[in-house]
Order: sequence, then C-alpha cells, then structure tokens
Amino acid sequence: MSYRRLASPLHAARAGAGCAYCLALACAALLAEHPIMLAAVTLAIAGAGCAAGVGRELRRAALFAIPLAVMIVLVNAFVSRDGLTVLLRLGQLPVLGHTDITLEATAYGAILGLRAVALILCGALYTAAVDPDEVLRLFRRVSFRSALTATLATRMVPVLVRDARRLADAQRCRPGKPPSRLALMRAASSGVLDRALDVAAALEVRGYGSAHRPPRARRPYSRHDVAFAAAAAAIVMLSVGARATGAAPFHAYPSLYSPAGSGVLAIAAALLACALAPFADRRGIG
Amino acid sequence: MTSVLRVEHLSYSYPGAERPAVRDLSLEISAGELVVLAGASGSGKSTLLRAASGLVPHFYGGEIAGRVTVAGMDTREHGPGELAFAVGTLFQDPETQVVMGTVRAELAFPLENRGESGSAVARGVEETALALGISHLLDRSTSELSGGELQRVALGAALAGRPALVVLDEPTSQLDPVAGDELISLLRRCNEDADTTIVLAEHRLERCLSAADRVIALVDGEIACDADPADFLRWAALGAPELQTPGARLLAGAGLPAAVGVKPARAALRERGLLPDPRAAGSAPAQGEDRRRGRPRRVTRPLRGRERSAEPALALARVWHELPRGPAILRDASLVLMAGEHVALMGRNGAGKSTLLRHAAGLMRPTRGKVQSAGRVALLLQNPTDYLVHETVAAEASVHSLAAVGLSSAAFAGRNPRDLSGGERQRLALAIVLDDPDGPPAVVCLDEPTRGMDRGRKGELAELLAEMPAAVLVATHDPEFVAAFADRVVLLADGAPIADGPAADVLAGGTYFATETARILGGAGGALRPEEGVALIAGSLQTEAVTAR
Repeated sequence: MSYRRLASPLHAARAGAGCAYCLALACAALLAEHPIMLAAVTLAIAGAGCAAGVGRELRRAALFAIPLAVMIVLVNAFVSRDGLTVLLRLGQLPVLGHTDITLEATAYGAILGLRAVALILCGALYTAAVDPDEVLRLFRRVSFRSALTATLATRMVPVLVRDARRLADAQRCRPGKPPSRLALMRAASSGVLDRALDVAAALEVRGYGSAHRPPRARRPYSRHDVAFAAAAAAIVMLSVGARATGAAPFHAYPSLYSPAGSGVLAIAAALLACALAPFADRRGIG
Repeated sequence: MTSVLRVEHLSYSYPGAERPAVRDLSLEISAGELVVLAGASGSGKSTLLRAASGLVPHFYGGEIAGRVTVAGMDTREHGPGELAFAVGTLFQDPETQVVMGTVRAELAFPLENRGESGSAVARGVEETALALGISHLLDRSTSELSGGELQRVALGAALAGRPALVVLDEPTSQLDPVAGDELISLLRRCNEDADTTIVLAEHRLERCLSAADRVIALVDGEIACDADPADFLRWAALGAPELQTPGARLLAGAGLPAAVGVKPARAALRERGLLPDPRAAGSAPAQGEDRRRGRPRRVTRPLRGRERSAEPALALARVWHELPRGPAILRDASLVLMAGEHVALMGRNGAGKSTLLRHAAGLMRPTRGKVQSAGRVALLLQNPTDYLVHETVAAEASVHSLAAVGLSSAAFAGRNPRDLSGGERQRLALAIVLDDPDGPPAVVCLDEPTRGMDRGRKGELAELLAEMPAAVLVATHDPEFVAAFADRVVLLADGAPIADGPAADVLAGGTYFATETARILGGAGGALRPEEGVALIAGSLQTEAVTAR
C-alpha cells in the first residue's frame, strides 16, 4: 500500500490538513467508549476512504484488521475475570485456571477490537491519501534525518516487495531440488543490503550528507485545506466534549451500561457529518 | 579554459581488493566538455566517476593516493554531500536512485538539501522539468514510472542544482534504443545550452561518440587513450579492437579511415562510390537478378551448424495477459519457435517482452490463449544475482553444466558466486537454469542478458548461444547483439508482435531497432554486422566490374 495522487478533496488538501484530519479521527477512535460512537468513527473513516477513492486500500487493511479484532474479542473473553452475566462456564482450563465467559468481557473485547479496526483503517487512510513527501517537508524542519528515514522506509517497501518477487521467480526457474530456506534467507538479506547501499549512495550524491535546514514553503490555503482542518478541529471537539461531559456514557463492568439515548445518537451523527462534509466540495481537486 | 575536474596521479583500491581499480591516473576536464569514458568492464570507469562525485573514498572506503579536484574542491576534504553542489551523478539503475514519492519532490530534493529558498526550489523544479520534457510527470508517483521515465527523472535530479559537472555511469544500459538515444540527445542539449560539463561512461560507444568532444579510454585502471572521437577510433583500430564501433569496423574493412557517427561514415563511403544501393534492402532476390539490376548481392546468414527441426519447440497461441483493473500487457500474441531456432525479441520498454518470456517459462498463466512447449523451458531473468543462493560456485551447478557455459570447475568451483564479475555471474546463472538431471531444456529464454556488458563479453555470450542446440529466445534492446546471434527477430509493440522475420529483414530497414552497419548502409542487402557490410561492398564492387565489362 502506498500513496498515489488521486482526484479527491483529501488528496487535494495540504499534508498538514490531511495529517490533522487522520489524527483527529484516530483521537476520536481512542476517546470513544460508547459502541455507537465507536461505530460512527469507524463508519466515518470507511466513508472518508471511499470518498477519497482509496476504498480498496482500506478493504485490504480491513482484511488484516478484522481477524485481529476477533482475536482481541476472544482473548478478552477468556482472560478477563470481570462481568456478572455469565454466558458460558468452562470450568478449570490449563494455564487459564477457572474460566467463565461473561457478556461484559465479550462486549468490552468487541469494543477494543472495533477500536483496533478503526485505528488500522485510519493508518491505511493516512498512508494512501496523505502525500509522504509533503509530510517529510513538514517534519524535516524539526528533525530532518528522522523524517527522511521514515519516508525512505515507506519508499523502500514497494522496491523490496518487487525484489522479493524477482528472487522468488528466479528460484522457480531453477530446475531440480529447491534451495534451503536458510540459503534463500541469506540471499535475500544480501540483496536487501545491496539495495540499501545503492540508495545510500544515491542519497549522498543528492546532497543529503550536507543537508541544510530546508526553507519554509509558503502556499495559499485552499478550500480543501480549510475544510479538512476545520473538520479535524470539529471531530476533536466533539470527541473531547463527549468524553468530558459524559454525554456518551459507557461502562462494561461489572454489568454493561450503554444507554443509546438521543444525545449519543446526535453526537455520533454530528461526528459522521463533520468527517464526511469536506468531501462534498469537489471543486479544484484534479 | 577553466578546469572543472582535475585528477592528479590517482590510485585507488577498494577495501579488500587485491589490485587497484585505477593506477596513477591523471587528467583534466575543462568546462563545457562532453567526455565519453570508454573501456571494458573493470577497467576503472565507474571508479573514476565515483572519485569525481566523492563516493570514492568517502562512501566506499579503501586506499587512495593522489588528488581529485572538482570545481576547486579537493575531494579529500569535501565529501559527496558538499560536492553535490558541483557534481550531479547518475548511475545505471534508475530504481535505486529515486528516493522520493513524486517526481516534483524528487527534483526538489537536491535543491532543498542546498537550503535554497522556496521560490528558488519551485523555479528550479519547473525549469528542469521543462528542459528534460518531464513537466507532464511532475505530480506522478515515482513508483508508476517506466524505466525510461525514471531515468529521466533521476537525470533531472542530477541536473536540478545546475551543477558544473555531471557524471553518468552507463545511464542507457537499461533503456530501449529510443529512450537511450533520447537521453544522449538530452545530455548534448544540456551541454550546449547550459555549458554543463558531462562525463559519460558507456559500453555502446556507437550511441554516444557522435555527441562527444573527447574520449578517454581506460585499460586496467590506466589511461590508454585521450583523444577526440576520430583519433580514438583510429587508436582503437590498432590498440583496442574491442572498443571499435561497428561503423569504424565497417569502414576499416572497406579500407577507409574511421568516421564518427552514421552520417559521416555514409558520406565517406559515398564519396568513394562504395555505398551500396539501399533499394537492395527488400526481400532476397536471386543472385542473377541482382547482377542484372546492378544491385549488390544479399547477405545470407548461415545457421552456424545447428539443425532446425520441423517440430515446434515452443508455441504461444493468441496469448493475452490482462492485469486485474489494469491494462493488457500481452494482446493476442502468437509466436512459434522451431527446435534449434534462435530468435530475438525486441521492442520498447514496456512492450511486453519480459511478460512474454515469463509466459513461455510457465511463471505466468495467460488470461486467454495457450502456451505449449516440447519440453522444459529454461528462463534466465534480468538479474543473474537473484539465482545465486549458495556459498560456492560448485554448490550452484554441476561440473558438466559449468563447463557448458565456459566456467572451468578448477578455476571457479571454490569461489563465492557473489565475488564473480558481472559476465561470470551471468554465465553461472545460465549454468543453473540449464542444469537439469532430466536432460537439457527444449527452449532457453534470456531476458536482457547484455545489460551493462562490454562488447567482449557480449561476443562471448553470442558465441555461447550460437552453439546451443535448443531453441533460444532472447529479449534484448541491443541490435548489435541480435545481429551476432539471432536467425529471426520478433518486434513487439503494445503486447503484440508487429514484425516477425529474418534478422536481416527486420533490423536492416529500421532506425532505432537497427545496427549501426545497417543504418550506415541504409539497409542495403540486409547487412547487419560490419563483416557482412564489408562483404556486401566487395560484392557490389565485383558487380560493377562485371557490368562495366
């Protein structure tokens, strides 16, 4: 998965605004406890991905995230000793000891799992829709080398994937018994080191070694910059506000408490609207 | 004139090397010169370029003696980062030189490293993009570009800071002839318009000599010749025949002094009435007919002792390769190779050559169509190093297979495959794919086997292929290599064969996919190699004598 410039409002926004937007969604996922709020955040991220034209990338990330979420639910259900509503009595189990599966532990595991899904999708949205070069430019003024290393690591991923594919193809072309895994590992590591050396040489001759503090780039704020920055601010305010005022109350233990009142529904709808509103304006996105 | 690069008594050894890569090398290159570095692989060309960019010794380590000064900066005191202000560098592989995600960011990167202001960076990016004709790529992701586009972008990054000196190490080795010629033209334009000094190391000298002001030939790390291109060719005729261009060999065979480039060579032949009639380039006429019309005889190319069978060794029938949610790489491609036939597959970067070979070897399945073969299809992919996974040469392939590719077991068995030279690695990888206990393959496919090879090694490989009894299919951009081994050429464009015929018919008539001999002779008689051209000229003279009588 890598960034590709597409005609979408999120791609058209500056990296700062894009970063803030993704960060705000991640904050909302971390702050939300109420299942409706968390579902709204996940829905907002998925909707933003689809509206930005990176739905496929998010789907691919979800294929990794959903099994992880299921695992979290299972682990929490088996490990947590809290909760009053027993669903299943498993008795003495090796390692785990006396185990009862409770509704509360299962529900809380589901909340944790959903949060993990939301965070992974948010990361996928950032990777696919926010220009890493612009992010590098943003952060290099603070810490140039760290920013460059992070960006290069992202850039090297597709290169190394292609190398691995090439190596696998070459091995398929060998007649007879295939080489051992150890031999292949050694060859692959050696190839990676060669690649790294080549890239390092290229960086040297582009002047990286004597890098000066880069200039501040001045660029007028576009409608999309403003819209995504405003959306980010609104999402953070709604999430922090809901958490601080207890407008979306939730607790799992000792027994589930998750009222689905009009207040919660209104905040969730507002959060969804704020997240998706910047995509309505599609002028100047090409 | 102002000196941009001064090398004084430079000797350098890589860490752990038994002998120095360059020895007591001294030279001076003035502002505005376009210099070509010639020499066989391992002659020291790349080391000299690395010394000019400061990578030697700062990046590679090793032992150095002497002094290199670039635009007044001593490379012993200034590292590559500081030297980047004065030197732009371009290597062979564009894939590893591009470090940013978009073309715009890539062009801006060296300028930003210099601490230029935002407006200066923006202006520099725009000007470089316009100069290299890549402004339409500015917002494209670098991972989406073709090899040719990527190499242009890397050249742009090297030129963006308007360096006084640009050094390039075989920049066209991975490009098709069209993209390669375009790159050389771009360099000439930068040299003429911006007075940029250019030092270019190349194996395919016929491609760049006409653009050069001066040629420096290196032999075993020492300067063997430093002259203008015409004098270099005169020197090469006596001192280093492997560095002679095909055009120079053609003229030498005709008893004429060397000329640089196609046009002067043709003019030299025309002046002496030796230029055969290009109308003889059509299909092979009967010998008597040639005489009646006063045209030169057509060159016939023997099968070099191989027997061609009536049985197909490989048959691709209406093969399509369509990417999911992407374009079709192969479109209804059909190709039949008879046993013993040697075929070259040519075409631009991205024409579908590598994909076709992968289908032939069963690495890919067609989305439509069928691939059949009479036996195993051996495939040697572009990078021979990918095949090398063991600690010794002996562990990689059998003694018999090593001997078949000219690697004697006594000399190579105990060596580490990764310590071999490029040509030796290529041979070892070939030995690996040929090494089957169940018997030899029915078809041998090679993907770009001559990348970065010097003329001598290409000749050796052509001889090796010529001796192979199996059907051979080689994807390549190198028309001179094709002329040396192929009976037949298939030209691929947009995933389908657009020309398929004897090498003489396909290669003699074109411009980009033609040998230098064919271009000089205008395709006359289907002559592709200098020896064929000389024979054609001799035949033409005989014909004229008969007609006159």
